[in-house]
Amino acid sequence: MVRYLGRKIFIYLLTFFVAVTIDWLIPRFMPGDPIGMLLSRIGSRPEAFKYLYTYYVQAFQLDVPLWQQYVNFWKGLFQGDLGVSIWMYPQPVMTIIRRAIPYDIFLLLPAILLSWFAGNHVGALAARIRWLDNTILPLGYLLTATPYMWLALVLVWFLGNQTNLFPIAGAYSPQYRPHLSLTFILDVLHHWFLPFLSLFLVMFGGWAIGMRNMIIYELESDYSRYLEALGTPQYLIRRYAFRNAMLPQITGLALQLGGIVAGAVATEVVFAYPGIGYIILNAVQNKDYFLVQGCFLFIILGVLIANFLIDLVYVLVDPRTRLGMTGE
Amino acid sequence: MEREVLQEVEELKQLPRPIRSEFVYFAWRNTKLRIGVSILLLFVIFAIVGPFFAKYDPHAYIGPMGAPPSREYWMGTTTFGQDVFSQFAHGTRSTLIVGVLGGCLGTMIGILIGLFSGYRGGLVDEFLNMITNIVLIIPTLAVLIIIATYLEVRGILTQSVFIGCTAWPWAARAIRAQTFSLRVREFVDLARMSGRNSLNIILTEIAPNMMSYLLLVFILQFGGAVLNAATLDFIGLGPTRGVSLGLIMNNAVLWAALQLGQWWWLLPPGAAIAAIVGALYITNVGLDEVFNPKLREM
Repeated sequence: MVRYLGRKIFIYLLTFFVAVTIDWLIPRFMPGDPIGMLLSRIGSRPEAFKYLYTYYVQAFQLDVPLWQQYVNFWKGLFQGDLGVSIWMYPQPVMTIIRRAIPYDIFLLLPAILLSWFAGNHVGALAARIRWLDNTILPLGYLLTATPYMWLALVLVWFLGNQTNLFPIAGAYSPQYRPHLSLTFILDVLHHWFLPFLSLFLVMFGGWAIGMRNMIIYELESDYSRYLEALGTPQYLIRRYAFRNAMLPQITGLALQLGGIVAGAVATEVVFAYPGIGYIILNAVQNKDYFLVQGCFLFIILGVLIANFLIDLVYVLVDPRTRLGMTGE
Repeated sequence: MEREVLQEVEELKQLPRPIRSEFVYFAWRNTKLRIGVSILLLFVIFAIVGPFFAKYDPHAYIGPMGAPPSREYWMGTTTFGQDVFSQFAHGTRSTLIVGVLGGCLGTMIGILIGLFSGYRGGLVDEFLNMITNIVLIIPTLAVLIIIATYLEVRGILTQSVFIGCTAWPWAARAIRAQTFSLRVREFVDLARMSGRNSLNIILTEIAPNMMSYLLLVFILQFGGAVLNAATLDFIGLGPTRGVSLGLIMNNAVLWAALQLGQWWWLLPPGAAIAAIVGALYITNVGLDEVFNPKLREM
């Protein structure tokens, strides 16, 4: 187990290192002159321009040797210094991101877990019931093929714009300020539902198909046939098959995280939901490079943490990893 | 006796050549494959022919503002009076180009790394596998965002290259696993004993035996590239010149097509992407059934 987790942690640390290096490299080695471009774009606010000019010279430290710049970049990172935003000028990038993260967790965690849970169970059922299989399979393929933003647009069009059942933008109604009361919580949930639903549906399709295929594969395998020959009741064989089919689905969850990030970004853009994805959109439109870079780092960090948690779950679920038989 | 055998051989010669015709036979019988390929062909033909039917420049302001579909403007116009059909036709073309180019590149890098890593084993494998794992964890879109942000001029070609360069890891991993199982077969051992070099063995003994698998990988990479490009375009990091389906959606959302009720601008591009990617997935499942007799529904 220690070896298994140790190996994983090593890869994650290395990944983080590579990601930070990419984050540092790209603005410095991109063709053209990003920093010059960056400064020329913010001419509209003189006081911001003046501050940022001195800031960039300091932040990028273009007068010191490259390795020194690189070391300083890491130092700043550990002090939580990701620069100052241009879009929301005097605010540090860190503050903006910290404000957005709760919304991301609030939206993504239920969507991921519920779709995974529901998808697995419906998929397992579909492998057993013919009519369900005939409806779930095409529906599942259709859902996974749908771009997140399009499903979001369709939902917001029919349930928001045409019928006015749900609000079409934001995390809560503009007349409220965040506070703890029943009306506010209901309002937040009301705004949360459509983005949640669109993420949930797209992911659900993928999990259901995956589980259905895995269950069929497991039911064809030798141990199922053997149990069948022994006269074991069907529901027991199904249960074994389900537990075995779970493992690839857990690994699949780790592999899907990248896709989920893309989905979250697109969905938040559609619903103007104030998470990291929406911030990225604004950062891109306002040429706020520091903010884009900061968001990049936080996305990587989030994915790495999620990966690690999935590994922990895997250790709990799969005894082979505990015994040191790292069967990848 | 001898004559009978000879006659039998003659009869066998009369039969159609087995392997190819068997593939075509099962391919044609497979409904999923038929549906998928038909939809895809439809879009390919539209991408080739469509722009010739588009009467206007996709960016030119030609018509009334925000008009619904009519005989003059088949898919309506945007808030600025651009013809949505022209944009849609040109956009479909560039979306398919990005898909094919990005998919090809991603598959090729995946094949290269997967084959060498799987065939060589040892330190080479260890190293390549580590790189694969790292690139696999980093979300593709995040890297694409940060690259695209710093590119002042972005074209369809650069976009495809970057998408291809970040999408290969799972392909490499899958191909590596396949290579692992193939390289211990007798025919590969034989080839090795006959003194041929690794490259030769990989190209002539191992790769042909995964051809069907590689085709499936390409189809999935194609779909992935289309989706990635669409997402990138949608957050405003698409090509700076030209149109794409994602870019149309981006503009529609930015200029409040939703609030203004302009569904003809908002909904078709995404539907086209969903149809293309869905068709690719269905084709993939269909092909899988054709190649793998175990999966066929009889």
